[in-house]
Amino acid sequence: MEETNKNNPLEGITKEKTQEIVEETLAIYPEKARAKRAPHMSANDPEDAGCAIRSNRKTVPGVMSARGCAYAGAKGVVWGPIRDMVHVSHGPIGCGYYSWGTRRNLVEGTMGVDVFSAMQFTSDFQEKDIVYGGDKKLEVLCREAKELFPLTKGISVLSECPVGLIGDDINAVAKKSAEELDIPVVPCNCEGFRGVSQSLGHHISNDTIRDHIIGTREFSEPIGKYDVAIIGDYNIGGDAWASKKVLEEMGLTVKAVWTGDGQIEHIAATHQVKLNLIHCYRSMNYMAKVMEEKYGIPWMEFNFFGPTKIAESLREIAAQFDEQIQENAEKVIAKYTAPMQRVIDEYRPRLEGKRLLIFVGGLRPRHTIGAYEDLGMKVVASGYEFAHNDDYERTYPELDKGTLVFDDASELELEKWVEEFRPDLVASGVKEKYVFQKAGIPFRQMHSWDYSGPYHAYDGFPIFARDMDMAINSPTWGLVKAPF
Amino acid sequence: MAKKLRQIAIYGKGGIGKSTTTQNTVAGLASLGKKILIIGCDPKADSTRLILHAKAQDTVMDKVRELGTVEDLELEDVMRTGYAGINCVESGGPEPGVGCAGRGVITAINFLEEEGAYTPDLDYVFYDVLGDVVCGGFAMPIRENKAQEIYIVVSGEMMAMYAANNICKGIVKYAASGSVRLAGLICNSRETDKEAELIEALAAKLGTQMIHFVPRDNQVQRAELRRMTVIEYSPEHKQAQEYRDLALKISENKKFVIPTPLTMDELEGLLMEFGIMEEDDEEIIGKVEGA
Repeated sequence: MEETNKNNPLEGITKEKTQEIVEETLAIYPEKARAKRAPHMSANDPEDAGCAIRSNRKTVPGVMSARGCAYAGAKGVVWGPIRDMVHVSHGPIGCGYYSWGTRRNLVEGTMGVDVFSAMQFTSDFQEKDIVYGGDKKLEVLCREAKELFPLTKGISVLSECPVGLIGDDINAVAKKSAEELDIPVVPCNCEGFRGVSQSLGHHISNDTIRDHIIGTREFSEPIGKYDVAIIGDYNIGGDAWASKKVLEEMGLTVKAVWTGDGQIEHIAATHQVKLNLIHCYRSMNYMAKVMEEKYGIPWMEFNFFGPTKIAESLREIAAQFDEQIQENAEKVIAKYTAPMQRVIDEYRPRLEGKRLLIFVGGLRPRHTIGAYEDLGMKVVASGYEFAHNDDYERTYPELDKGTLVFDDASELELEKWVEEFRPDLVASGVKEKYVFQKAGIPFRQMHSWDYSGPYHAYDGFPIFARDMDMAINSPTWGLVKAPF
Repeated sequence: MAKKLRQIAIYGKGGIGKSTTTQNTVAGLASLGKKILIIGCDPKADSTRLILHAKAQDTVMDKVRELGTVEDLELEDVMRTGYAGINCVESGGPEPGVGCAGRGVITAINFLEEEGAYTPDLDYVFYDVLGDVVCGGFAMPIRENKAQEIYIVVSGEMMAMYAANNICKGIVKYAASGSVRLAGLICNSRETDKEAELIEALAAKLGTQMIHFVPRDNQVQRAELRRMTVIEYSPEHKQAQEYRDLALKISENKKFVIPTPLTMDELEGLLMEFGIMEEDDEEIIGKVEGA
């Protein structure tokens, strides 16, 4: 678990060579597309801020993009994991159906009784709803949802594109239904055509929580000086449970998780905690900043991927509290050092020196780097689907000099880079998975941990290590023969 | 041999008398022995009442709403036959302020095409369209393979002429990609000064013709009180003859053009020439009364 020096170049990788690869990639494009894509990729230099990547721009038409839309960001990321609400996809059926159960946000409770997050609710627009408006149908839907599921703690109304086009007044319906049903009914104007990616959907959802949820409840249990909230952990494969466990072992009380295994009443009372801990900065920094401004709650980022980053984070978190917590943090780190070392001893010999390319969203293109490095692996290229400048600023120092940093990559670019960098593993999404597996390159789907997980905290690392080993060292690759 | 179907769309400023003019003209064509379908493309659904003697016809969208989906709807649920065998359909749509009336027009026209409302025995389909082409839905009747001829109902009033010019801009857009053409201006007289000359001049500038000047006559209103066209109510009246003349001119019309819309300056110049508008006095622009 030694500290790696990011200025020591990886063997065979230099700034100049990577820049050449970038030029060759861009040369494939017609002039206009080339000009647009050029600022989105660069060789990394942790010491030179000049390598600034352009981000959060409209995707170049004609290239394959892995991006989603504002609705996807709202439903799939922020609202969907809140377990005790009914989330309504308001509009035609497709958006609701194809965003159903895609993120594996695990929850506790009895599905259909007190938790509803694995269910799919939609107003299922027909022609008549477009022409005459879907507001009356929505009102009936809210009433029926409360009747069928009396334990629901709230309803979110997530607008699909046509709702914005025909001007359905979901805000008025939500207000009326909230009064009638005596639960929060939250209108979220996250029409898919807004913005350039799912990122705006996260922002709109944060704003909606600000306007309709935060500060509307108080915790039933007494307020304590060690109360914290985890912000931006969506409990994929049980991530939030693993994170919560470690924080509670060091004596903190996790009062709310946003929004993995989330409970709306806890989220609504988060203005009472002492510190907000942000894991996925991209999707939830907005609300952390709102709570800081409005309620004076400090926030900090942390990283629970791999023992090195976990230990660093635990010390930084503990530093916000008293000596008791700091002492506890050291005890927790000490307790897990041996078991984590056993994981490293088992897997590192098989993974040492292996290289990978990362292309995902949110926090993973930078946050998972440490966990791979704990296993002796090196990231040669890393990129985000929908990041902003502040994400890239946090990424450059995590990557070695000369590695490739990129934004909103196209399939063509990814294929070219895989060909050039010859990684031993590609860590990306389901759209990329089969392209690279068919090329005989080990792959992990890093949006939902390839149906595995958790990957967070001490419970997650052994699973993470096992999965990477399983992908890279599977004997399958030696048995497959191309039929041509 | 199947007849050559002519599809005609009637546009014009709201309140100019499109529906009245359309129904009287269609009645005139029917009296020439033509077989016609009228499609009302306005949520107000008042395009067929004079033909059907009905207050309001069941509209396509109203029936869709009642039955649940378009697929459940049958043509006979929404098509009625009125005076002289004229078939009538109203697209219908929402009350103002909700939903999407334009989509209602698209849904209704698609339905009529799929259900075979455009039968081979038809000579004409008339689309009576809401005043302004506010969105793609209201341009549906002039898209490819629909109306090829457009008549704009206009009067000598300034705003009616502005609207006519704007509609021509819309026609230019669709004419470039399809076969839609401007077929003429119908002047529905408001008895303004030098009205016929003014509309003749406007038509010339647009590259088209004033196909007919329909004089103002209260006989039209008397017929409307009985929900009838003048042609049916008083076939011998001189106003009935005006509409028969218009019908005959449309029937024989061959002048189909891509219009040449005027710039605002040109249009205002025309209005000044005819004394409808005074020359701008830059000194008074933006100044309150008495200032």
